[in-house]
Amino acid sequence: MIQGRAWKYGDNVNTDVLFPGKYTYTAKGRDEIAIHALEDLDPAFASNVREGDVIVGGRNFGCGSSREQAATCLVYNGVGAVIAESFARIFYRNAINNGLLAIVCPEAAQAIQGQEVVSVDLERMEIECESGCFRFPALSETVQEILEAGGLIEQVRRRLASVK
Amino acid sequence: MDHRDSSQKSAGQMNTSNVEPMTFAQKALARASGCDRVDVGEVVDVRPDLVLSHDNTAAIREIWLQFGQERVAAPEKLAITLDHAVPAPTTRHAQNHAEIREFVREQGISSFFEVGRGICHQVLSEEALVLPGQVILGADSHTPHFGWLGAFGAGIGRSEVAALWATGELWLRVPESVLIILEGELPKGVTAKDFALRIIGDWGADGGLYASIEFSGSGIEALSVDSRMALANMMAEFGAKSSYIRPDGRTRDYLDAVLERRAARSEAAGRLGSPPLRAASTQLFPDEGAAYSATYRYDADELEPTVSCPHTVDNVAPLSAVAGTVVQQAFIGTCTNGRLEDIAEAAEVVRGRQLAAGTRLLVIPASSLVLQESMERGYIQALVAAGAVIGTPGCGPCMGNHMGVPATGEVTISSANRNFRGRMGTTDAEIYLANPAVVAASAVAGRIADPRDLV
Repeated sequence: MIQGRAWKYGDNVNTDVLFPGKYTYTAKGRDEIAIHALEDLDPAFASNVREGDVIVGGRNFGCGSSREQAATCLVYNGVGAVIAESFARIFYRNAINNGLLAIVCPEAAQAIQGQEVVSVDLERMEIECESGCFRFPALSETVQEILEAGGLIEQVRRRLASVK
Repeated sequence: MDHRDSSQKSAGQMNTSNVEPMTFAQKALARASGCDRVDVGEVVDVRPDLVLSHDNTAAIREIWLQFGQERVAAPEKLAITLDHAVPAPTTRHAQNHAEIREFVREQGISSFFEVGRGICHQVLSEEALVLPGQVILGADSHTPHFGWLGAFGAGIGRSEVAALWATGELWLRVPESVLIILEGELPKGVTAKDFALRIIGDWGADGGLYASIEFSGSGIEALSVDSRMALANMMAEFGAKSSYIRPDGRTRDYLDAVLERRAARSEAAGRLGSPPLRAASTQLFPDEGAAYSATYRYDADELEPTVSCPHTVDNVAPLSAVAGTVVQQAFIGTCTNGRLEDIAEAAEVVRGRQLAAGTRLLVIPASSLVLQESMERGYIQALVAAGAVIGTPGCGPCMGNHMGVPATGEVTISSANRNFRGRMGTTDAEIYLANPAVVAASAVAGRIADPRDLV
């Protein structure tokens, strides 16, 4: 169960505002990546986000670059899940590959208000917020496997070990 | 006029089997996953023909080291280009490049392109390292670029590239396909970039989300190789997974010329191997009657110069609606519009003219070949004479790293692909996207201008 405050943003939240391009080839390590999260969208985010908080977006969340830090900067800040009406495909993959739950649920994404408390129950596939409870569709088998392994790297490590 | 028609079926390759016809994306992913057929929505393990990375290679290596391997699975399938911040603007960027060179040496990667050779998508196209029907996965969002030659190109993340280095395979979901038909010939002053911006404006930045975008029609056949690249490349801004333009004589001539030169060099070096590959040997076409989730039709003669306004690519307007907006900087370059054709158009606009006082024009060729040919044809001389600045082939200031980032409060008109807030380094700058001739005309006028209006 994931529970935290909601940080709500609009449609087409792009990777440049999630993690500016000027840092992509120099920022290294969790801390240096974490401090730039959402720098150009919500400068208050990185210093106020708490473990388990949830990002809520509209359509096409994470559009733009393939830069993985757009997802890892959220993970390194303890974000528990991203809920959106839809995701840009590379961001979605980057999130899942880094063990960050990305949930497509238009109803919840629209209903949740900024800073309210949201809980996500992955087993029951439910999102609970002040205005009600919303079910989200099951994650694909492939995505579930990656999340269960704790991310793509761990999944591949296991696969390589089983081949040996 | 354009309209949506979900029942549209393609006029494609004759389907001689009794099974359900396949789109290009289905055929390419079937081939790359070793299956006879794959269906939309299915998840398949794909073995790509080529894996692309660039300045992010050192960071990918850090991830790959977690697998405990000493050698990558298939060094001949890796292509690495230094392009995103070249030449290195800071010591940290230089250190990043140094780590990449060390990795390239240690792993024996032959498809490595140094600082100044150009932008990954342009260079790999010029080197014919991707052929029709093949699958290329790249740690770069503009990898749908390779649809220009009828290949399946998709962007992926750094961890996924690391996984590919280790295992040679990656899961992909077989995408729905959207068919976009362009009939007729583009009017003078209207380019493939305008068409791409129009599509994105009409259907939104997520209009092609997760989809493979297939192009067809006489208007597409009439496009030059450079224009096809611009169109396929821009589909990244449509949310597309990949794009596809049918390979034809123009595509095959371009690629075969490179393949022949490479075979001749190989022979001269005493390396006799298999006969040179031909582009036609791998090409794939969608089946006649393949199913599309949507079909959009456009008439070329109804298109016009189109500008994308701050701060999203789908915020488009006809050029006439934004003409007159004062600009401090104009930028021609990037993987979208930094090719010979683009620089030729810009040179033609500025020849014999001077840039407006208070406006800068940056021109950054997409590759060293583009730069050389632009010099041979006198384009660079004309641009410099007008007051333009020429940069090292690479991505330039597109993503705000260096080499011409705007000051706060400034307005840039650019031939690039993204105008997100903060994209070029500061959130207090505005970016308009347009075709290269419009960018050049705006530099001469000091405000957004139609090159056809310059007297």
